[in-house]
Amino acid sequence: MSELLVKNAYVIDPVNGINGEVMDIAIRDQWIVEEVGSGAMVIDAKGQLTLPGGIDSHTHICGTKVNFGRYMSPEDMRAGRMPRRGSMHATSGYSVPTTYGNTYRYSTMGYTTLLEGAMAPLEARHTHEEFTHTPLQDTMANTLFDGNWAIMEAVRDGDMRRVAAITAWTLSAVKGFAIKLTNPGGTEAWGWGEDVTCIHDQIPHFEVTPAEIITAMITANEMLNLPHSVHLHCNNLGKPGNYTCTLDTFDLARDLNKNRQTLYATHVQFHSYGGSSWKDICSKSEEITRSLNSKPHIVFDMGQVLFGRTTTMTADGPMEFNLYRLHHNKWSNHDVELETGAGIIPVLYRRSNLVNSIMWAIGLELALLTDDPWQCCLSTDSPNGAPFVRYPEIIAMLMSRRYREEEMSSVHPGTEHRVPLPAIDRELDWEEIAIMTRAAQAKALGLIDIGKGHLAPGAEADIAIYPIQIRDVDPSVDYMKVKEAFATTAYTIKRGRVVARQGDCVVDGINSTIWVDPQVPPEYDISNDPEFVKKFDRYYTVRMRNYPVQDVYLERQVCLRPEVSL
Amino acid sequence: MKFDDVLCPFCGCLCDDITVTAEGGRVTGVDNTCLLGTSKFLGDNRLKNPIMRTDDGWKDVTYDEAIASTLDALLEADRPLLYGWSGTHGEAQCIGVHMAELLGAVIDNTSSVCHGPSILAIQEVGHPGCTLGQVKNRADVIIYWGCNPTEAHPRHMSRYTTYADGYFLDNAFRDRTVIVVDVRRTETAELADVFVEIKPGGDYAVLSALRAMVRGRDEMIPDSIAGVSKEQLRHIVEICKNAKFCAVFFGVGLTMTRGKYKNVRNAIELVDELSRHTKATITPMRGHFNVYGSNEVNTWMSGYPYAIDFCRGIAFYNPGETTAVDILARKECDAALIVASDPAAHLPSKCIRHLANIPVVQIDPYPNMTTAFCNLQIPVAVSGIDAEGTAYRMDGVPIRLRKVLETEYPTDTMLLGRIYEAMMEVRGR
Ligand code: SF4
Ligand SMILES: [Zn+2]
Repeated sequence: MSELLVKNAYVIDPVNGINGEVMDIAIRDQWIVEEVGSGAMVIDAKGQLTLPGGIDSHTHICGTKVNFGRYMSPEDMRAGRMPRRGSMHATSGYSVPTTYGNTYRYSTMGYTTLLEGAMAPLEARHTHEEFTHTPLQDTMANTLFDGNWAIMEAVRDGDMRRVAAITAWTLSAVKGFAIKLTNPGGTEAWGWGEDVTCIHDQIPHFEVTPAEIITAMITANEMLNLPHSVHLHCNNLGKPGNYTCTLDTFDLARDLNKNRQTLYATHVQFHSYGGSSWKDICSKSEEITRSLNSKPHIVFDMGQVLFGRTTTMTADGPMEFNLYRLHHNKWSNHDVELETGAGIIPVLYRRSNLVNSIMWAIGLELALLTDDPWQCCLSTDSPNGAPFVRYPEIIAMLMSRRYREEEMSSVHPGTEHRVPLPAIDRELDWEEIAIMTRAAQAKALGLIDIGKGHLAPGAEADIAIYPIQIRDVDPSVDYMKVKEAFATTAYTIKRGRVVARQGDCVVDGINSTIWVDPQVPPEYDISNDPEFVKKFDRYYTVRMRNYPVQDVYLERQVCLRPEVSL
Repeated sequence: MKFDDVLCPFCGCLCDDITVTAEGGRVTGVDNTCLLGTSKFLGDNRLKNPIMRTDDGWKDVTYDEAIASTLDALLEADRPLLYGWSGTHGEAQCIGVHMAELLGAVIDNTSSVCHGPSILAIQEVGHPGCTLGQVKNRADVIIYWGCNPTEAHPRHMSRYTTYADGYFLDNAFRDRTVIVVDVRRTETAELADVFVEIKPGGDYAVLSALRAMVRGRDEMIPDSIAGVSKEQLRHIVEICKNAKFCAVFFGVGLTMTRGKYKNVRNAIELVDELSRHTKATITPMRGHFNVYGSNEVNTWMSGYPYAIDFCRGIAFYNPGETTAVDILARKECDAALIVASDPAAHLPSKCIRHLANIPVVQIDPYPNMTTAFCNLQIPVAVSGIDAEGTAYRMDGVPIRLRKVLETEYPTDTMLLGRIYEAMMEVRGR
């Protein structure tokens, strides 16, 4: 048994309604408790800002396409080199760091839980192998179902129980956490070099539409009682005029769950464009947030773009090819049989570029125009909009109108006529930032019940102490101090242990992977279904016996076993 | 005992449908393998225990002694090399990277002498690829360029291409057009619908011509290029542009001949060009069953697929300077640990001569050509026969190797783990 007492913490804990109280936090082993004995180790937080550990609800850190981003980019690897030091391994990479690079940088920023945004089931083992080498955070994986043949067939046949059964078997076989749809239907069409333009296009050969897939998966998600909702990357990403497609997609979601949203829309910035071409592209953040404000059952993340170099990577293969044809840099693509796709290209977002400047503004607008911060998770879709190490800049801009104006003055001069940003006065406060970087994520992912995202007794002792006395700081003026403070914690505590101190990681750590195993009754076990097995055997190139991810890949795990209603 | 759906730990096809019968501590029968796979499973002739070279021949030593002596050799060296890795599982490869980092060593795998140039090309222009099941289910045009699957990947055509059942093809064999491009009429060429015979060294020129023709610049092309007629080139371009899905596979006939990585780059750019007309993909025919896994592991651990030099603490990558071939040819390397490969069989003779002059420890189940000059050989369990672990197929799909025999031998992971722990005692923290 080990005990730790964090004294004089200036706590903001939105889940428990604590907004700026100086208090002590008692920790026994990995849990927060009411009190500890006098022998407990003491950390004096000295009134510094203390929050639950950060949670990233959409980032790309581990797996086949992330690793291919590294593999194809020695120029990016050179940009983040650190030697082995203390208990830290050597690291490489800036926009796509090595696994140790990710884990150390996230940890020193106070992040303790990460959701990998996209895992192809067939290649799940790879994601889990990399998770093992991401030791300072708890991890989970969105599992891709956007082009799943068996699911599309069941949707076509209108057999919802079958959709749910296939989903349950797959999630549990690959030790995934949630349902991810990336350009649903589009990734299958891309198997022929084609794409879909929006939710009502027919998917070649399968006689279903993206709308039907999305609706069916939302229903299946609720039948399976999964902790998270469907996690959706809408169709038609990155195209001028795509906001109407996004609005139509939002209209598909009904409020079906009283504890959380029924739809999580990811990187909405990339889906909020007006205009009819690159020449007249403009921001439609007002229309998009008007819809979101009237739909509390949708939660989204920003997908903020920041200027500079990065790497884009997504399961959305056709989108990456289009982007490549604009950038002419280098292009990788990796389609996955019967399931999904992937594409990767490096990009440079420039201030001098009008389109890039508009993208930059839209992300901020989405956060500032959404009334309820619980609906908006701070993200860059790292590394797509920018690497996660740049989150502190976003926080500072959201808290300071002056900072935004200063940035605005250096972007493409045409921007101000195409975006509402200059007219927005709102400055977010500390509590709103705390919500948008951990509490909203914990709620949206359904993790509050297992002790994530808050600091009440019973919660897991994942805590970030930032070197800032917020009572002495006016963020709207001192935004550089805000940025600095969120870049490096004074202490990051993970599972009751100090794991990072002032920028140094001090323990080896072991990650824990959170996954779901829906308790499907035997008669709905799809792995006993002759038709399913026959097609699997015939068309996959891996035998069904060799497909599930074995237990050995998860050194530590938290398995959630929802009761289902089929 | 009978085991179904076992993986074959031999070539990059990583077939996972093998049936193995094992009795009395040995494999007695295999089904579904090709000849290469069969001989791997039935191969006997394992080293019984670690052996150390002395002035008058080999001496048996214990594992403890072998570990101590490995440690001495590596810790004393100024420029140690950790080489091989393609024939072991990923978990062992991970320890290798940690070890290289701790020692300030160079870690490299056999890519240096096979698909290293493909990696360099990919780092310049990217890689439009897919898993093999995409090809199996969709491709109506298959191109094998500078590779001979019939000999080197014998089940490639039956599992993934020409003869494989495909969801979108009524009669897979009849509906697929197979094009083979090579400098000689190989066995694979005999099975092709179209065989293109190129003069040695002519790949780059032919690829360039094809690219130009896909772009509609026929008028630039002379009547014949590297022995291939313009007419045949035009025919190929027609086939490719009219394909629904065109899958290109290439081998060392492209990567290790004149032009090297530029050949591969040109092939990738051809696929890129074709992608504007139809679906097209390209896949390197990786040789050893887990050479790709070694690239993957190195990449997430260090940032680079091969040729990583930790001598300055950071991971430094510069093929041409930091591959095994480079540091051996320059005679810089002063001790080597060889794991799961046989450098004497594939490195240039200059490098082998230098290896013969420095302390070499080999971790390998079987005596091989490298045994002839190594100072110490430590036998281990065979990955995929008596050791489990992860392997990555040539297309990046990771599958877990199965274990069909109980064994007394330590696995690579166990042995390397012990060496690494001992190293940490001396050098760690
Ligand atoms: S093709 Fe390769 S993997 Fe398959 S059985 Fe033959 S040697 Fe083994
Ligand atoms: Zn994403």
